[in-house]
Amino acid sequence: MHAQPPAKAPEREDIDAIIAQHHHLEGPLLPILHALQEAFGHIPEPAHAPLAEALNITRAELHGVISFYHDFRAAPAGRQVLKICRAEACQAMGGAALAEATLKRLGLDWHGTTPNGALTIEPVYCLGLCACAPAVMIGERVVGRVDAARMDRLLEVVGA
Amino acid sequence: MSEKLTIWVPMDSAAKALCADELAADIAAEAAGRGVAVDIRRNGSRGMVWLEPLVEIDIDGTRLGFGPMTQADVPALFNGLATHPRALGPVDELEWMRRQSRLTFARCGVTRPLSLEDYRAHGGLAGLKRALAMSGADIVAEVTASGLRGRGGAGFPTGIKWKTVLEAPGAQKYIVCNADEGDSGTFADRMIMEGDPFSLIEGMAIAGIGVGATKGYVYLRSEYPDAIRVMREAVTIARAEGVLGGDLLGSGRRFDMEIRVGAGAYVCGEETSLLNSLEGKRGVVRAKPPLPALAGLFGCPTVVNNVISLASVPVIFEKGAAHYASFGVGRSRGTVTLQIAGNVKRGGLFETGFGVSLGEVVDDLAGGTASGRPVKAVQVGGPLGAYMPREKFDTALGYEEFDAVGGLVGHAGLVVFDEGADMLEMARFAMEFCAIESCGKCTPCRIGAVRGVETLDRIKEGDGGAIELLSDLCETMKDGSLCALGGFTPYPVMSALTHFPDDFDRRKEAAE
Ligand SMILES: Cc1cc2nc3c(=O)[nH]c(=O)nc-3n(C[C@H](O)[C@H](O)[C@H](O)COP(=O)(O)O)c2cc1C
Ligand code: SF4
Ligand code: FES
Ligand code: FES
Repeated sequence: MHAQPPAKAPEREDIDAIIAQHHHLEGPLLPILHALQEAFGHIPEPAHAPLAEALNITRAELHGVISFYHDFRAAPAGRQVLKICRAEACQAMGGAALAEATLKRLGLDWHGTTPNGALTIEPVYCLGLCACAPAVMIGERVVGRVDAARMDRLLEVVGA
Repeated sequence: MSEKLTIWVPMDSAAKALCADELAADIAAEAAGRGVAVDIRRNGSRGMVWLEPLVEIDIDGTRLGFGPMTQADVPALFNGLATHPRALGPVDELEWMRRQSRLTFARCGVTRPLSLEDYRAHGGLAGLKRALAMSGADIVAEVTASGLRGRGGAGFPTGIKWKTVLEAPGAQKYIVCNADEGDSGTFADRMIMEGDPFSLIEGMAIAGIGVGATKGYVYLRSEYPDAIRVMREAVTIARAEGVLGGDLLGSGRRFDMEIRVGAGAYVCGEETSLLNSLEGKRGVVRAKPPLPALAGLFGCPTVVNNVISLASVPVIFEKGAAHYASFGVGRSRGTVTLQIAGNVKRGGLFETGFGVSLGEVVDDLAGGTASGRPVKAVQVGGPLGAYMPREKFDTALGYEEFDAVGGLVGHAGLVVFDEGADMLEMARFAMEFCAIESCGKCTPCRIGAVRGVETLDRIKEGDGGAIELLSDLCETMKDGSLCALGGFTPYPVMSALTHFPDDFDRRKEAAE
C-alpha cells in the first residue's frame, strides 16, 4: 500500500523474512511485492534475485511484473506521497486546474519529488471520492473538496 | 449520571475526506468538557455525501441528522438540538432516504460496520442460513430467478455464470470478488465494503456453497486503504464467529476467503487480467475462451463477480428471489445503486429499482450542478461510457435501454459536467487514459490510443481534417481490441464528437 518510505535499508535477512512470510500463499508475488515496498519504500534491487529464485521465475519475468504495475517503485519516493485524482469526476469540479497549479507551484512534473525530498506527486485515477471532488490522498489520508487554500495547507504541513 | 447519548459519526472515507475523524474527536472532547456521557459510534455513510460529515444523534430511537457538520458546529450539539443550525430532522424521513428502495444498502450507514451483532440484528446471516439448507442447484436457481445481472459492467446474468461453475468438473473451485472499482464516478463497492463488509462476506459464502467453491478472494484496489482495513478486520471477525472457516454457522460446510490488494492498474478490473494479477503475473488480458467459469484462477472453475453483485446475494436469500425481481424494468431486475458524482448539487449513492430516467436523476435527485450553471453532459458507466447530452435524458436506466441509445449503464456511476466542460479535452483524456492503462496485448489499443491523443491535439490546433482520421481510428479500436478498454474507449470519444461538434471546431478560434 502507500506506506511512508522508512529510512530502513534493505538487508538480506529482512528480504528473506518477508519472502518467507508470504511464500505459502497461493499467488504470493503481489503480496510479497507490497510487503517489500511497505518495508523499504520501494522494491529494492537486492530483492530481485532471492525473490525470483524463491518463486521459481526468471528475473526477466519478475521485472516484467514489477514494471507492469503503477504502484511499485524502483527507487524510494519522497517522505510523503501526494496522489492527485485526474479522473473525470474530479475534472468536472476543477481537478485539472488544481493539479496543474500544484505542479507548477512546486516546479514538478507528475511523479516528481521536491528537491528537499519532502513530497512526491503522483497522478491517481479515481479515489472513490467522486461525490466530494476534487480529491487527493496524502499517504493513506484522503481529502475531499480540495481547493487552492486546502492544497496550500496540505503542502505546508508536509513541508513541500 | 443518566443514560449515555448515542452519537453516530461516519467512518466512510468520503466522510473522512471531509474531516469526520477530526469531528468525532471534537465531539468527544466537547462532551467530556461538559461532563456529558456519550457513546460515539462510527457507522458507514448513508450515501448523502453532500451532507457529510453527517452526524446523527439518537433520541428515543429516532436518529436526528446534523450536516454538513463543521468543527464550529460542535458546541451547539449540546445546546438544544432543535435549533441547531445544521439540524435536518429524522434521517430516515429525509426525501433522499424515503425515495430509495434500499435492498443491498439497507444496513449501510445504519449499523456499525464491524459489529456482527448489529449485522445479525438487521437481517444479516438470514440468507446464508437459508442457503445452507438448500442444494447447490437450488441456490443457483434462486439467483437465476432473482434476475440479478452482473453489476461490474457487462450485466451478465449471475445465475447463469454460477450454473456454469457448479456444473464444471473440478476438485477446486474459487469465488473471486472483483473489488477493483477503477471507474471514475463509482464508489458503491467502496461504500459497501467500508459500511457493511459482512454483506459481501455473506454473499461470497453463499456463492461458495452454491457452486461448490471452498475458497474466495477479494481483489481490492490499493487506492482504497480504508476499505482494505475494514474488509481484513471483517474477515478476521467472521472467521472467529464461524461465519467463515471449516464449519459455516455450525453446518459442517467450509468456505474461507482472503483480501488481496491490487497495484494500481485499471485494466486489472477486467476479469481475466485480474486473475493473472492474483496469480502473481502481469495483469495482461487473457483471450476467451476459455471462460473463467471453466478455467479461471490457476486454471480452476471460478466465479468472478463484482462487489455489488455479491453483496446483493444475501438480501435475495433473506427476502426471496421474487421480492428482489419485483423491482426494476424490462430485463433489468432488482435495484441499481446509482452513484451520482462530479458537478452536482447533491452527490452520493442512491439505490432504486431500475427504470428511473437519467433526467430524473440529474435534474431532480442531484438537483442540477454544484456550480449552478446548466448541465452540459453526463458520462454514465465510467471512463468507457458515453457522454450523454440533454436530448438523451429521457433514457431509462436499464441495460437494454441504455444500449439502445449507444450508452452503457456499467457500474452505474454518473459524472455530471456543467457547460464549462470542453468535450474535446474530455475525448483527449479518454484516449490518454486508454494509452496509460492499456495492458499492451493488442495494437489497436496500445498504439491506437497514443495516435488518438495526437489526432485530438491536431484537431485542437485547428486541423479539422483530422476529425475523419479520429473516426476511422475509433472504428479500428472498436473492431480490433480484445477487451473493452480498447474496444469501448471510442464511446466517450465519439459521443463527445457527435453530440458536441462545436467543441471540436477549433478553426474559428484559430482564425479569430
Ligand atoms: C478495462 C475493464 C475494467 C473493468 N473494471 C472492472 C471493475 O473495476 N470492477 C468490476 O466489477 N468489473 C470490472 N470490469 C468487468 C469485469 O471484466 C467483469 O465483467 C466483472 O467483474 C464480472 O462481474 P459481474 O458479472 O458481477 O459484473 C472491467 C472490464 C474491463 C474491460
Ligand atoms: S484492448 Fe487494450 S487493455 Fe484490452 S487486451 Fe487489448 S491491449 Fe489489453
Ligand atoms: S474521479 Fe476523482 S475521486 Fe473519483
Ligand atoms: S482540514 Fe480536515 S480537520 Fe482541518
